[in-house]
Amino acid sequence: MSLLIKNIIRFVLFILIQVYILSQVPPLHQFITPYLYFLFILWLPFTISRTALLFLGFCLGITLDYFLGVPGLHAAPCVLIAYLRPFLINLLISQEGTELNYAEPSIKSMGFTPYSLYVLVFTFVHHFYLVLIEWMHFGTFLYFLGKVTATTGVSLILIFITEMLFFRKQQFRTNTG
Amino acid sequence: MKNIFIFIRRYFNFLFFMTLQIICIILLVKNSDTYGATYANIANEITGRINTQYNTVHNFFNLRENNLQLQAENTRLKNLLGSNFETTDTTFIKHIDSVMTDTLGKQRKYLWLPAKVVNNTISQQYNYMTIHRGSNQGVKKDMAVISSTGIAGTIIDVSENYCRAMSLLHRNSKVSSMLKKSQIPGSVEWDGKDPYYLTLRKIPKSTPVAKGDSVVTSNYSANFPPNMMIGIVSEITKDPGSNDFIIQIKTSTNFYTLEYVNIVENLQLEEQRRLEAVKVKNE
Repeated sequence: MSLLIKNIIRFVLFILIQVYILSQVPPLHQFITPYLYFLFILWLPFTISRTALLFLGFCLGITLDYFLGVPGLHAAPCVLIAYLRPFLINLLISQEGTELNYAEPSIKSMGFTPYSLYVLVFTFVHHFYLVLIEWMHFGTFLYFLGKVTATTGVSLILIFITEMLFFRKQQFRTNTG
Repeated sequence: MKNIFIFIRRYFNFLFFMTLQIICIILLVKNSDTYGATYANIANEITGRINTQYNTVHNFFNLRENNLQLQAENTRLKNLLGSNFETTDTTFIKHIDSVMTDTLGKQRKYLWLPAKVVNNTISQQYNYMTIHRGSNQGVKKDMAVISSTGIAGTIIDVSENYCRAMSLLHRNSKVSSMLKKSQIPGSVEWDGKDPYYLTLRKIPKSTPVAKGDSVVTSNYSANFPPNMMIGIVSEITKDPGSNDFIIQIKTSTNFYTLEYVNIVENLQLEEQRRLEAVKVKNE
């Protein structure tokens, strides 16, 4: 399957899952809302240009926002992580030239520890910024801290489960190929 | 001039990032009051259509509960048919409009329209519901949304076939309400924490309140008919900073299973608004 079609399908699936399953889940607690959709941005190929990355992040966020009825709330954190992504990838795998050998970030292409760090950092950044925007309108500081931590924790568990359920096969691309 | 172009080319990604961020914030801020743009309508129409598809599947699983609810509501309505009419002062009637009044000289004030909820959120801080009934079917802004067990929200946005309502579970939602027993008016809000509980404010501390008292919409509420159920008092705390109680009430509407609602139009609302907008002359 071509990379483009694969990512279009992913986009639709992530939005539908987020809107119709994760946002419909009765809240376990006032602090916890599970989020998974931003994994789409983390899974985009290494080779994508930074402008396209930003644009895709914005599209993903604004689509979700129109389903949930709050334009701009999710788009802002999505654009932020799309902007930061190339920096962290360079930091994590600068020496090995992995981006030449594999198509997209995954446990196999980056190694378990760098990939976990990559996911952890972006989950945290996404939730921190999202809750910060929510918090500007209302809320106490305790609410802010609690919600960031709890939501990050739950999202990480979800991402971990997703990675185990849908193990993405990555082809090793050689130069001769 | 050349330097400016070099600067823009060099920092293009950063500038693009900042532009997108600013767009997001502007959207968010503009949205926090009401939607003004027609472009919200278009998005509403499209997402509404997808939601209808999803709903046809989702509804199937709730059929049994809904049938029971509908039956209970029908029975209740049959017992209460006269309650939507209001007696007007008949002493000085000049002419009688045969459509607006019935034979007893009562004038219709509230018109109830059936509608179906196609999308509804509960886990956000600003919750909305999308309802499959729009301007073509006679929905206007500011109409009330009432479920079979209690009130549910207010219409804020209308397109041709869909409308969007601000749920009671919304940070900006305020409904004029009163304690059924003592008829003391207050205001029902939501604190954004638990979708089962609302907060009733502005009830003075001298009012007798007990757990289990009913809270209903007040006689002053413009768009809701009076005496519609909102919820039941579950916890009473005294606000140390003012003369008022802060009362937690358990909603009588179950927002999790909201599906069939009524949209209620106050036929005299425009007249009332028009009268209230006129400046008082002797001030």
